[in-house]
Amino acid sequence: MKHEVKEAGASVVVAFEGDIDLQTSPAAREALLEAVGMGKPVVVDLAAVSYIDSSGVASLVEALQTAKKGGQDLTLAAVSEGAMRVLKLARLDAVFTIHDRVDDAV
Amino acid sequence: MSETPEPQETEASPPRNVIEVRDLVTHYGDRMILKGISMDVHADEIMVIMGGSGSGKSTLLRHLMALEHHTSGTMRILGQDIDELNNVELVDLRQKLGVAFQGGALFSSMTVGENVMLPLFEHTKLDRKTMEIMTRMKLQVVELGGFENLMPSELSGGMIKRAAFARAIVMDPKILFCDEPSAGLDPVVASQLDDLILLLRDALGMTVVVVTHELESAFKIADRITVLDRGEILFIGTPDELRASDNQRIQNLLNRVAEDDTMDAETYLNRLTGDEPAYRPL
Repeated sequence: MKHEVKEAGASVVVAFEGDIDLQTSPAAREALLEAVGMGKPVVVDLAAVSYIDSSGVASLVEALQTAKKGGQDLTLAAVSEGAMRVLKLARLDAVFTIHDRVDDAV
Repeated sequence: MSETPEPQETEASPPRNVIEVRDLVTHYGDRMILKGISMDVHADEIMVIMGGSGSGKSTLLRHLMALEHHTSGTMRILGQDIDELNNVELVDLRQKLGVAFQGGALFSSMTVGENVMLPLFEHTKLDRKTMEIMTRMKLQVVELGGFENLMPSELSGGMIKRAAFARAIVMDPKILFCDEPSAGLDPVVASQLDDLILLLRDALGMTVVVVTHELESAFKIADRITVLDRGEILFIGTPDELRASDNQRIQNLLNRVAEDDTMDAETYLNRLTGDEPAYRPL
């Protein structure tokens, strides 16, 4: 898994690439919490994520809750079909704000 | 881009067959239990294994879960020949397999949440917060959201089965094994569990292997059915093909007709006197 953090307008975009699974989700979690720590709205770009397991989704949930406690937004963008299935199964599609494209979110 | 090291992947691209069994022979003591089983389990399918008592279906399930040694034959699980794996590789493989045991097998001294979280504690180094969220998510999936602080003794039979499913899927296994999931449940609760198995396959893309003797359940969930009879495969095919079979033993199974005990007199005498080996775990 790779990830990239960049600022876009007033937001911070965290773009992941590859699989987010039991092995890689700790790094994803760290990246997400660091981005939230920057104090700006966070957009998580999942366009290049081929697979995300429940540990990856749990990291997203924790980051969302941390952001909300700090009065920040954390939104998802370009969620793949597989990732969306996992989110829906856990009924998280109603918890996250999900945009089709990153440009719609920033 | 900062990069996290790619995990060591032991199997190549996912095989079409997630399980391949060829000429599997196994014994308990001197007694041959499985007599040359050959079968495949396809990715993303629900394979139901049926058979009467003593047919060998539970033994086959334990072998498919890589829990027992076989006498001869080969078995590949997720592309790996289990005879070629060392203990570390075997443990790694088993982490990709989820098991929902017949009785639930929850630890009575632990809360429901602790039971579900247990595999994560044992096999991962995830942050505690991540594990807690994963546990609550899986409890939500099996419709036990908010029940994590209850003790197993406070759950109904159906809820215990659901909690067992939550534990079985907490690590997102590639293959989920279910041993008699409907046993002991009323028809409504049993049907709900069938729906849950279908949901897990459809939503999470899991391959599911179910051992059951519940015909209604088998026909509802199975993509394919394997029928075992006295350690041999009697049938592998779709539910419709099974219904259409004119094999008398299959018709007996479908019509719940008790099989005649065809043990000959000498074998029976030998068994009574102990000259015929009894079942004995390895």
